[in-house]
Amino acid sequence: MLRERQIMRIHYITGLAALFVVAVHILMRLIMPFHMSLQYSNVIANYHNMPYVILLESILVLLAIHGFNGLRIILLELRQNRKWENGVTISTIAAMIAIIAFGTRTIIIASGLGVV
Amino acid sequence: MSGIIKKISMLRTGSKLERSKKSLRARSSIVLRVYRANKAIGDSAHYDTFDVPIQRWTTVLDALLYAKSYKDTSIGIRYSCRMASCGSCGMKINGIPRLACYTNVSELESGVISCEPLTNFPLIRDLVTDFHQFFSHHKSVRPYIINQNADLRDRKELSEFIQSPREVDEYLQSSYCIKCGLCYSACPTVATDTKFPGPQALAQAYRYSADTRDTGSREDMKTIDDKHGIWRCHFAGSCSSVCPKGVDPALGIQLLRGHMMSFSKHNKKIAELKHHSHGNQTT
Repeated sequence: MLRERQIMRIHYITGLAALFVVAVHILMRLIMPFHMSLQYSNVIANYHNMPYVILLESILVLLAIHGFNGLRIILLELRQNRKWENGVTISTIAAMIAIIAFGTRTIIIASGLGVV
Repeated sequence: MSGIIKKISMLRTGSKLERSKKSLRARSSIVLRVYRANKAIGDSAHYDTFDVPIQRWTTVLDALLYAKSYKDTSIGIRYSCRMASCGSCGMKINGIPRLACYTNVSELESGVISCEPLTNFPLIRDLVTDFHQFFSHHKSVRPYIINQNADLRDRKELSEFIQSPREVDEYLQSSYCIKCGLCYSACPTVATDTKFPGPQALAQAYRYSADTRDTGSREDMKTIDDKHGIWRCHFAGSCSSVCPKGVDPALGIQLLRGHMMSFSKHNKKIAELKHHSHGNQTT
């Protein structure tokens, strides 16, 4: 079981790293006119670009970890009893894993990596 | 540029002081609104108002004691030293946690002064609150020097620690805490999380962990490194702004966090212990 200081260290590092990767993600939208960047063909092309796929996956993982830990912290402050605290911890970890799994699935399908 | 800013701020302070003096000159009495509640006899919460004559030196505690002596002897209030040393008379004055003995009525610049019990504390009666939980949080961080070498129970010689002024400066500010509970009352995290130790206890944890005489590690303590511990501080800073002794608990909490995160260096060199035998002042 991780100690709270280790969890918070992960929280701060993922927050800072997310800030960086999201900034790169937004800047990459600007290499062409913004309305073009969201066109179907361009989005699919992005998903077929491996460095971009890695960028999207890291955004997903970093934001999921940081966001769900933030949610856990907020919920822990609402009520203080063992049942609630354990429930909040388990459900936020489960939701985090589910979001990462679903997002990764989407990235794999869109990038064509899953096609044999 | 800084000179001009200084002059402007001095003029502002001067005019504020002048205004406060003028308002006081014009005012020879104030209306004191006192929160009253006594659950033990089924008395519901309400405010009682009292007209209290004031002088230039009248503090809120003086005004309350006047009301208690001449208007209503049943007002519940806790006080002792009248000089901001004991921390007994903490209460919310015009909505802000302050010491009643340390708050002059003239500085409030208001004809109506409202006195309420400290928030985040269970109410006993009127302006008196229960400090049991507050002190149990304080005790939980072991607020004393832990050093096996300085345990003199089985020794005959006297000992003293050698500390440099710089080492003393590391914790001196936090040692001025009088445990009045104003920071605890002002803390937004304490308001929602009852297990949070509060700024006072955490600042004391920093105070002893920064003290070179102390060898006990508080950073690994369950109360501090817990899901309701030091990490739940939102850094609102309200604890530091209400402290009547100039302690900065918010800074202490952030420094302790930095040490725990290993973001800042905490190379504490334990103070040297100098032994003396009885009647002999040399080593």
